[in-house]
Amino acid sequence: MSGYTPELKELIKRVEATRPQRVERARRGEHFPPLSMEQRMEWLKRYHPDYKEEGRKEVRVGPNKGDVLPEEIVNVLESRSRIEPERIDLGRADLETDILIIGGGGAGTAAALMADNMGRKVILATKLRHGDSNTIMAEGGIQAATQEGDSPYYHYLDVMGGGHFTNKPELVAALVNDAPLIIDWLEDMGVMFNKYPDGRLMTRHGGGTCRRRMHSAGDMTGAEIMRVLRDEARNRENIKVMEFSPAVELLLDRKGRCRGAILFNLETKEYYTVKARAVILATGGFGRLHIQGFPTTNHYGATADGLVLAYRAGVRTCFLEATQYHPTGAVYPEQNVGLLITEKVRGLGAQLLNVDGEEFCFPLEPRDVESACIIRECLEVGKGIMTPTGRIGVWLDSPMIDLLHGEGTVKKELPAKYIQFKRYGIDISKEPMLVYPTLHYQNGGIEINEFGETSLPGLYAAGEVTGGVHGKNRLMGNSLLDVLVFGRRTGMKASEYVGRVKDEGELTLEHVERFHEELKAAGINEAPVAPILLPDYTPDHVRARQFR
Amino acid sequence: MKEEIKQLSVGDKTIPPEGAKMIPIYIMGREYLVPETLTILKAVEYAGYQYVRGCGCRGGICGACGVYYRIMGDYRLRSGLACQTVIQPNMVLAQLPFFPVNRPGYNMEDFRDDPHGALRALYPEVFKCVGCGTCTRVCPMDIDVMDYIALIKRGNLKKAAEKSFDCVMCGLCASRCPAQISQFTAAMLVRRINGRYLTPKAQHLKKRKEEVESGKYEVMLKELMAMPVEALKKLYMEREREPDLAPPGWMPQDTSHL
Repeated sequence: MSGYTPELKELIKRVEATRPQRVERARRGEHFPPLSMEQRMEWLKRYHPDYKEEGRKEVRVGPNKGDVLPEEIVNVLESRSRIEPERIDLGRADLETDILIIGGGGAGTAAALMADNMGRKVILATKLRHGDSNTIMAEGGIQAATQEGDSPYYHYLDVMGGGHFTNKPELVAALVNDAPLIIDWLEDMGVMFNKYPDGRLMTRHGGGTCRRRMHSAGDMTGAEIMRVLRDEARNRENIKVMEFSPAVELLLDRKGRCRGAILFNLETKEYYTVKARAVILATGGFGRLHIQGFPTTNHYGATADGLVLAYRAGVRTCFLEATQYHPTGAVYPEQNVGLLITEKVRGLGAQLLNVDGEEFCFPLEPRDVESACIIRECLEVGKGIMTPTGRIGVWLDSPMIDLLHGEGTVKKELPAKYIQFKRYGIDISKEPMLVYPTLHYQNGGIEINEFGETSLPGLYAAGEVTGGVHGKNRLMGNSLLDVLVFGRRTGMKASEYVGRVKDEGELTLEHVERFHEELKAAGINEAPVAPILLPDYTPDHVRARQFR
Repeated sequence: MKEEIKQLSVGDKTIPPEGAKMIPIYIMGREYLVPETLTILKAVEYAGYQYVRGCGCRGGICGACGVYYRIMGDYRLRSGLACQTVIQPNMVLAQLPFFPVNRPGYNMEDFRDDPHGALRALYPEVFKCVGCGTCTRVCPMDIDVMDYIALIKRGNLKKAAEKSFDCVMCGLCASRCPAQISQFTAAMLVRRINGRYLTPKAQHLKKRKEEVESGKYEVMLKELMAMPVEALKKLYMEREREPDLAPPGWMPQDTSHL
């Protein structure tokens, strides 16, 4: 394995040249001065993607008309359907079920299990394979107040503080109150949580927690939870899973209730009509829209499909202006692009450096401020480092850690990261890493109440596709919890609803036609088609020959 | 610099700078020139493919992108995950979009009394492992698959669960097994048996569950929900922080809201 290219190795010499002095200063407790509160605001406003006016625009149609959101989100909200409504025969349904669940990650699968428990027939339609989701990628853990010295009361305070007190209180209360029930449910299904020999759950702190309530299963908590949920779903005869079948439009009835969806077979390109008595949207986040061109930690299918579907059917969104960026995502080597480099690296003393090996910011600013500093150094000051695949980043000088805390500290404190780079010939205890902010989480989404009900009768939503639980900023360990709490709640609520609602009224796609007319009235004639379903990474030279 | 910025790679799309070294790879036998240092996944996209199957998390954990390849002139068949394997010149590759496996349905209750016996009844083929070690050699997660199969055969389910824990269920092991075993589906069940029956239950969790179900915390939470933001902020700032290294079972000063 080659590690860094000769060109990058040459640049690393500049980092090495300044290192002895920087380590000396760090030993004396001297560091790059943090920004003042005024500078913070200024840096954020000028360089943080959330604050920049550039790259945002006003939504011109639909329930959030007038809101100013990132362009990439507005583009999919102000989009045309993939289908021509008049060509779809709604007189006969290809498939019928009690509950249609759209999305096969943690939220959708949890909903399916609860609906099955309540005797409902479920179709779970998912765009990729069952389990392909951000749930599977969550490494850190899941929060729940399970220990005697903790309680949902303190969990509530932590969640609200993390979200700058913008969160919807009733959603937070649901989240924290159900949390211990979720851990119990998972333990019962056989999730291998980290435990002491007597069975006590091991817990750790996360950013912004006052009690240690982060539960984990190795360093692949999400993957372990997802594979257990999926395995259990496969044991249930009333859960029919349809893979590679994303929904492209919701179906309503004449009474204004959500009654199913149009699914698209990604392989045969056929459209199917699915008639249901209730629909649960659990399509996940929008990382693959690459807001402002950022790389992302999200899985391949995170293209905001559910937002588009619900929006066209008249459901409001909230908090979509707030996107979570992690300041230090890897940009080299290519296979590590988007990989999260934990805050702990900076906590242990590693500094951020520009191409000349100079410090340009205090390494432990709040996440959003730190991101702004890195973006400024690369795009405004012009002292970023270019990788062979055309990415830009700054150095994160991890070798300082062993110099400050003793040989072997990197290997002991950061084993997973050490291995992840070592695999590609880079020893991060000897060589720095190249990093840049990375798009991590969709804080906002569809408006729901504490039962996961939306404003559209018969339509429920759970997980990253929804907004309000985390307000403007989510804490670590609350996303896995969110998908399971609201997945279960929607599964139960929709099951109750199905028992009450009568199967009557013709199906309709009039809401899509109305939306198309609204686009036209707003003068939007070149609207893109959405949901986009799959991101397109075709390089320009190929595209030019495809004549499309 | 400003001009260069326009040429930056956007999202996961690769835009190599001028002069990047190009190397030949063979996707299902057809030659493409792609910039070196890319992963197989990104090289395939660079060549112009848009994935439908064979791509998931792009971060080495979902198991969607198992791949087989040879380097021209070398007889050995190699394997890996496309998102984690760097291309080499003259790599001839094919991804495994899907592989049929045996995964019989079951009820977790069936494993309460005699898990090993029930497992043998459900997965008899696992007990016919011929010990060739091919599964271990192809595993992209460096799991000793043959060893955990041996542990299952011997009835050491706890150890088998731990040894198979890093499995991403890509299916490469099953695709090469001469005894036609679906190793990773059996391991999935073994881990669930371990989590449910072979590991002591958390007693504090049972107690907390009862407290939640009694509605105890709903009262406290209603109190917080009704509170003005300023009062909430005050409580937030005054929270007692549990020390990082406190022993398990730590208790705070104020126990009135536990």
